[in-house]
Amino acid sequence: MENGSIASTLVFFFLAAVMVVSSILAVTTKKILRAATYLLFVLFATAGLYFYLNYSFLGAVQMTVYAGGIIVLYVFSIFLTSTDEEKNQPIRSHRRWLGFIAAAAGTLLCVYLFQASPWGEVYYRAPEELPMKAIGNALMSADKFGYILPFEALSILLLACIIGGILIARKRQ
Amino acid sequence: MFDFASVTGWIDHFLRSYLPGGLSFFIECVLIGVVILVAYALIALVMILAERKVCAAFQCRLGPNRVGPWGLCQTVADMVKILTKEIMSINHVDRFLYNLAPFVVIIASVLTFSCIPFAKGLQVLDFNVGVFFMMAVSSIGIVGILLAGWSSNNKFSMIGAMRSGAQMISYELSIGLSLLTVVVLSGTMQMSEIVEAQNDLWFIFKGHIPAFVAFVVYLVAGTAETNRGPFDLPEAESELTAGYHTEYSGMHFGFYYVAEFVNAFIVAALAATLFLGGWMPLHIPGWDGFNAVMDYIPSVLWFFGKTALLIFVLMWFKWTFPRLRIDQLLALEWRYLLPLNLCNLLIMVVVVACGWHF
Repeated sequence: MENGSIASTLVFFFLAAVMVVSSILAVTTKKILRAATYLLFVLFATAGLYFYLNYSFLGAVQMTVYAGGIIVLYVFSIFLTSTDEEKNQPIRSHRRWLGFIAAAAGTLLCVYLFQASPWGEVYYRAPEELPMKAIGNALMSADKFGYILPFEALSILLLACIIGGILIARKRQ
Repeated sequence: MFDFASVTGWIDHFLRSYLPGGLSFFIECVLIGVVILVAYALIALVMILAERKVCAAFQCRLGPNRVGPWGLCQTVADMVKILTKEIMSINHVDRFLYNLAPFVVIIASVLTFSCIPFAKGLQVLDFNVGVFFMMAVSSIGIVGILLAGWSSNNKFSMIGAMRSGAQMISYELSIGLSLLTVVVLSGTMQMSEIVEAQNDLWFIFKGHIPAFVAFVVYLVAGTAETNRGPFDLPEAESELTAGYHTEYSGMHFGFYYVAEFVNAFIVAALAATLFLGGWMPLHIPGWDGFNAVMDYIPSVLWFFGKTALLIFVLMWFKWTFPRLRIDQLLALEWRYLLPLNLCNLLIMVVVVACGWHF
């Protein structure tokens, strides 16, 4: 697909439409498992957008972490917690106004950032896939554009999570 | 050696000489989709027939032998029958999720299927993160199985789905780590480059001990990942009737059935590609005459021969070992395979870093 061709524009608008419709359905549906499924669609479409932009590594990460990991985690937690009475009840919150204000503030912030920042120059469709070696070097290097510190901080965070999980799950003597 | 890229290149050239670029691109996409789905269905038919014949041989029976010569058309007849069956609608279920679940499973399977290099130049998706992409899309199937178990509104389906989910999440770790061992050896994740890198010697010989350990772990974990015996607890018929697809009928059940068999094919094909060289003929460094003779065998035959051998091994597992209990199954993964795999990965890194491979 060439940049700016009809096919590529159609693909973009299809993905965008899936994301918008599924996002709205995810927050308006009354059944919690359906909400998780619509969220899965949103995450798929996001992964599709990454593939469309030729960032195949990011797309694969999106699929494996969010679609394969987080959604399965959500579905498992829904299975283990929700009961039959809850299933058909609309999901209510008493702090609806706070949520509304947060959503409006988020929208305003996004609009402001889109207006103020040179997104068009920073994010563009890569002409070809990024080589894996470049990504690996960037992740593991300590240079100016290296990510070794966040990488290691995240692994310590995950280790803490694992230890915490084992501590909660272990049997008491 | 015949390169299929010349055929696909000729079709591309032919279309582009008569049609504008966008339209020929679209037609090519549709053609590839049709070819992939037909190949998927055909492989499922062959796999089901092979399973029944191999099972019969292990149990000293003849297997299907009425439809066509040696019963070869049996699965075609079965396919026609299942296509004409009624799809039942059951009461008190979430109909949207109930109907969606088989499609999630089959889409994950087809996406994984399209990453396999079948022959020289015959591959649909060839990302430079190929192995990682395969892992990512194959993990979507779990969501479909969990949704199926939940939306069936049946406690046996639910138990089957939970078992299946726990099993697949656990064994995915082992699959990922054993694939990573090969990636360390090859230095790339792209399928076509992995196959090319085995031009001088297949990885199972090149990486000797750690590669062989990874191969065995991969076969065990792959069997568990596809819910095949002896790890077929999710559909243990003596306890759970049929597991997560108990309530499904007609072609909705057919999707699970077909996806299960093709997933077994995918596991065998991936093992053949990563450890046994895929479509690459057996080349031994220094034996130039031998290598030239091996090149006369077409690459498709090499690929399907190796895959068929591995599929036979998987079926051999299934009809030989008794079924495990769920706690034994999870203990096998977390207590034995995972530590073994982590050590093996470390050994492979040392081997590659010191250049101790062939």
